[in-house]
Amino acid sequence: MDQDRSSQAGPTPAGPRTLSQKVWDDHVVRRSDGEPDLLYIDLQLCHEVTSPQAFDGLRLAGRKVRRTDLTLATEDHNTPTLDILSPIADPVSKLQVDTLRRNAAEFGVRIHSLGDRDQGVVHIIGPQLGVTQPGMTIVCGDSHTSTHGAFGALAFGIGTSEVEHVLATQTLPQNPPKTMAVTVKGALPEGVTAKDLILTHISRVGTGGGVGYVAEYRGEAIEGLSMEGRMTICNMSIEWGARAGLVAPDETTFAYLKGRPHAPEGDLWDEAVAYWRTLRTDEGAAFDHEVVIDAGELTPFVTWGTNPGQGVGLGERVPDPADFDDPVEQAAAQRALDYMGLKAGTAMRDIGVDTVFLGSCTNGRIEDLRLAASVLKGSRVADGVRMLVVPGSARVRLQAEAEGLDQVFLDAGAEWRNAGCSMCLGMNPDTLSPGERSASTSNRNFEGRQGKGGRTHLVSPAVAAATAIRGRLSDPTDLQR
Amino acid sequence: MEKFLTHTGIGVPLRRSNVDTDQIIPAVYLKRVTRSGFEDGLFASWRQDPAFVLNQEPYRAGSVLVAGPDFGTGSSREHAVWALGDYGFRVVVSSRFGDIFRGNSGKAGLVTAQVAPEVVEALWAWLEEVPGRELTVDLETKTITAGETVHPFSIDDYTRHRLLNGLDDIAMTLQHEDEIAAYEARRPAFKPRTIPAHTAG
Repeated sequence: MDQDRSSQAGPTPAGPRTLSQKVWDDHVVRRSDGEPDLLYIDLQLCHEVTSPQAFDGLRLAGRKVRRTDLTLATEDHNTPTLDILSPIADPVSKLQVDTLRRNAAEFGVRIHSLGDRDQGVVHIIGPQLGVTQPGMTIVCGDSHTSTHGAFGALAFGIGTSEVEHVLATQTLPQNPPKTMAVTVKGALPEGVTAKDLILTHISRVGTGGGVGYVAEYRGEAIEGLSMEGRMTICNMSIEWGARAGLVAPDETTFAYLKGRPHAPEGDLWDEAVAYWRTLRTDEGAAFDHEVVIDAGELTPFVTWGTNPGQGVGLGERVPDPADFDDPVEQAAAQRALDYMGLKAGTAMRDIGVDTVFLGSCTNGRIEDLRLAASVLKGSRVADGVRMLVVPGSARVRLQAEAEGLDQVFLDAGAEWRNAGCSMCLGMNPDTLSPGERSASTSNRNFEGRQGKGGRTHLVSPAVAAATAIRGRLSDPTDLQR
Repeated sequence: MEKFLTHTGIGVPLRRSNVDTDQIIPAVYLKRVTRSGFEDGLFASWRQDPAFVLNQEPYRAGSVLVAGPDFGTGSSREHAVWALGDYGFRVVVSSRFGDIFRGNSGKAGLVTAQVAPEVVEALWAWLEEVPGRELTVDLETKTITAGETVHPFSIDDYTRHRLLNGLDDIAMTLQHEDEIAAYEARRPAFKPRTIPAHTAG
């Protein structure tokens, strides 16, 4: 992945190895001097936006999908979250979704389409079906593929040319990345979530802090997280530049996988678990870099700017650009404040929002919905605020409905939608208007990402729910005051 | 892929850092199913501002983009590379690139020339001094020539080799088909398959 061979760490099969090096070594099809390693890919996930040109490329060259049994497609980026059984209203979106369906049929790829119970955001359905497992290599034409690293898989986003390459060969030429340990000491304080942890980390290392690295998240706080929380952390690896982030599989991982539709069964389960238990960084294995985070000092965390690294504690204030030493950061901060319509020194808790978005591959899983519903239960969304709840998958939606969470959201005045990427990237009709401000559980606050001129604050599901009730950035402790 | 040996064209100073791929091409422009025609989406939001550099002559006809650090972060969309190429850019110069963007560029024939931050500053100043000045980017020697000054840049050797020779990755990999098949024969049986489909009912 690191394309600069001069800086490559390189696996050393003889000595102690890190988790990611072990997964890497187990997938090398071919190694030759002066070339990247040719890595075998255990699973490719496809969606409608980054795959049409790849299938077209295959057709033009007269090639087939080499392993349809290691490929899975779904519709998520472009799809409406209302009225999903009617034809898609936007003709361009419809063409893209129809194209995926045609390609899947022509090439024999399994697809979960809108209306299907296994449809959903690609990074939610993989784990849910149990096709995401420890020790795998997983790719998708989507940068948040890093999500699957929560299982101890080496999972990373690729471009469309690489999608075509994997479809045709089930391999990718890649240079070994450098390795970084992100060690989180101690336990997360009450009220602090995985999202707060990763947003804090990104604000410290910056959006480029992980470029060229694969990260391993470890330590007490990480071990204490559920699979959902680990997925939130790994999901945002790319937001600090690391193409992949992993967590060593453990009992929590095995318990999550056991009984999933595609989890191994019987003797194969035992064989798999025995292998998965070897997927830990060896004693004495050296990382190229290590970052240590003290979990005890973390608080709810939100962004104020236009990249995920521009964040502060919820209890803090909008920073003054003059406080940044680096002139590049200073200029970026000023530009961000102008775009966000914020004044330096404003308390984050005084920032009012128009919209709250709960969903995405970062925070659209059942646990996220449960947490937000527990905060919202018995309260109302503030006047003038709209709240969109978009489950990450059709099954998350069904599960939430079985638990009565949909009723909690509806009673609070929120909108209960169907599954998809929705307002995370605003490709479908769920967008912000110019100047509209959102608290969003998604992963990117880039200019215009949620709609042209839209202003996004990245938050956790707990902060999203409390913010919806109070109408300004808040956490659940504000509700008790 | 078309070979890239050397290119001379107007340098465009883009004085911004963290130019993520959502800025390079917003998501609403990603709905096309073809591989060309993305030039209208390039920096679509910023181009609505008449003061934006690409709305200025002679930068409008630029082909070498010189940008601040962390260019191409965020989304994996290769459309960002296609949009730059469709507009007419052949080279992007920056002190740091997003990993996925850099990989995509190598596949689609766009050169990502990595230089020290001071070189970006020097190029910005030189290009702004007389708008329309041309830069020559030589992939063989890994240099950017700005008037009398020659700046070295870095790009990984393998990508450079492929760009210089216009090689097709898939055809190269398929030369090792026997090794892929041998690997497949020894994959453990517990690895999941998506077909036949299992679902929770």
